Amino acid sequence: MRDKIIYLLGVVALVILVWNINTIAQLPEETRQGVVFKIIFFHVPMAISAMTASAVALVASVLFLITKNFKYDALAVSVTEVGLALLAGNLVTGSIWGRQIWGIWWAWDARLTSALVCWLLYAGYLMLRRAIEEPTQRATFAAVFSIFAFIDVPIVIFSIKWWRTQHPQPVFWGGGSFPPDWTTHFMWNMLAIALVGTVMVAVRLRQEECQREIDSLRRMAHAI
Amino acid sequence: MSAVVIDGVWKFYGDFPALRDIQLAADPGACLALIGRNGAGKTTLLRIVAGFSRPGRGKIKIFGTEPREAETRRKMGFIGHGISVYDELSAFENLKLFGKLYGLSDPRKSALEWLERTGLERVRDGLVREFSRGMRQRLAVARAFLHEPSLLLLDEPFTALDDRAIAVLQRLLREALAAGKTIVMSTHQLREALELASHVALLNRGHVAFHGPCTPEMVADPGYVYARYGES
Amino acid sequence: MNFFRQVFVIAVKDLRAEIRTKEAINASFAFALVILLLFSFAFDPEAETTREISGGLLWIVFAFAGTLVLNRSFARELPNDCLDALVAAPISGAALYLGKAIANYVLVLAMELVSLPVFSIFNNVTRPVGQQIWPILLVMALGTWGLTVIGTIFSALTVNIRLREVMLPMLTYPILVPALMGAMLMTSSLVMGKPLAGDNLTWLKMLIGFDLIYTAASLALVEIVLVG
Repeated sequence: MRDKIIYLLGVVALVILVWNINTIAQLPEETRQGVVFKIIFFHVPMAISAMTASAVALVASVLFLITKNFKYDALAVSVTEVGLALLAGNLVTGSIWGRQIWGIWWAWDARLTSALVCWLLYAGYLMLRRAIEEPTQRATFAAVFSIFAFIDVPIVIFSIKWWRTQHPQPVFWGGGSFPPDWTTHFMWNMLAIALVGTVMVAVRLRQEECQREIDSLRRMAHAI
Repeated sequence: MSAVVIDGVWKFYGDFPALRDIQLAADPGACLALIGRNGAGKTTLLRIVAGFSRPGRGKIKIFGTEPREAETRRKMGFIGHGISVYDELSAFENLKLFGKLYGLSDPRKSALEWLERTGLERVRDGLVREFSRGMRQRLAVARAFLHEPSLLLLDEPFTALDDRAIAVLQRLLREALAAGKTIVMSTHQLREALELASHVALLNRGHVAFHGPCTPEMVADPGYVYARYGES
Repeated sequence: MNFFRQVFVIAVKDLRAEIRTKEAINASFAFALVILLLFSFAFDPEAETTREISGGLLWIVFAFAGTLVLNRSFARELPNDCLDALVAAPISGAALYLGKAIANYVLVLAMELVSLPVFSIFNNVTRPVGQQIWPILLVMALGTWGLTVIGTIFSALTVNIRLREVMLPMLTYPILVPALMGAMLMTSSLVMGKPLAGDNLTWLKMLIGFDLIYTAASLALVEIVLVG
């Protein structure tokens, strides 16, 4: 039953995504930046979803430390992995946009840099997990690390912002010129990407559960 | 009040229960020997009682308080697999260090007293890394007894000890029991352990297969408990 | 026994053990020298641009060489299972952590205080460093505390895991980015003769904030790391 819901959600997410891509492709090109501007429909939702993921990872990690329930540990690792994938997507789309507009693949611009630092932070989380054999210790240490990483996110963002800024100001909150019907398309794509992320998290959660069961069965077999 | 109460303790590695619903208790003055095969959960249980890790479920009470409270830890002495003293410090410095950490009123005096009781007063200023194996083990014993604990937790205490250290340890343990202190030990050396034990608990795959007083049959034939209550 | 006395006992114990063997501090200082030497091949020590990036170079040396000290911090407890005895003792995890952090702080700072003059001589910045020595020392004190706080808690986190020596820098440097960045920018601008005001003051506040936040977080979480 649960699996069917996951697959159903996955199909819905894909349908919305394909439909969105179709409509976005038909939108007129932005006057100054041309077609590459449309990358914003993916670039920004990925960043927002990734940030949401890190917040969910924090909550899951704290809940694990309080309850010692491995469901939360599984949620934390799934959400972190998917968040990292989304952030990687954000970095790649940002880089492509930079190549077109700034003429270079990578600029040490504030947002790009802080996204990269956050990516490295959470990559450390996955590496730490990989290095610990015993599941309870792995979950505990990973949760502690996740808390440390989350605290760092705002400090990283602000300090890098002071360091330098050449990123285009946010179009929505910075008083930019985004036509209202484009906002609607943007929101639809936001939903699609968030939904894709959620489905991936659900699939990973299922995997984690199975993995835990396999591990405990294996230990059981050794104990006999 | 019981010295140690282990109430429905579970420990999980992931989903796998390494300890399953352990119910054990020891009264003051009792000596409980935990026996069982490798991997039965003896060390895991002892480490939970000592407060090195928390149980997944269940409660531990030591003289009515939690193991992680500072007051409780002051009453506990632990000897594990390692000697838990620093190679770079001298015997005297090691004991003074732990005397200070345990908040003893005169760490210096207690340290000297225990160096003498374990026969190490002659080498008090020698660095531990220069010590022979037997001397190191006696120092480990001195470290565990230094703060006069009322509960001694010993993980395989007789394994890898030389004759002299075994003699020192057994004498100290007898004195401790005579003074009304409590001992919980895990062991493979059934003969040495059962001579001291008042109670025996057999662990089998993480649960208690047998728990009861130590009887003359057990002392006469150390394999008796395994044969009678152990796994097939 | 009160908290600060316990902290003191642990710190003295670590320092005494380290002074007997000098393993960590010697390795750390030798490593610092090697990096300083390598820098002189990478950048022309006479050039004005080197002065502009001097803060960055200096903190790379501090961070890399400091990691060697921090790696030893809890690893020191591994032989003979000494960590068990410390966890069994009636002191809080916070006291244990703080004592170790202070010992590490002293050791890392000692390495830095020896490296600083060497660095100044190699890169021909003795005069500007001398003129701004007090603000530079303040930045070093704050930056090093950040390095130590993070390094010590992660040393506890990685002590029992595979590839400990590799994991510690992989985990600490990304977290340390804001602190190192602030320290680098401040040091560079101090070496270039600017006062500790304006932008530098903002960085100084950020660095103090970083130190405070992570000291508090580490003290709160260390018990979980040690006992679960």
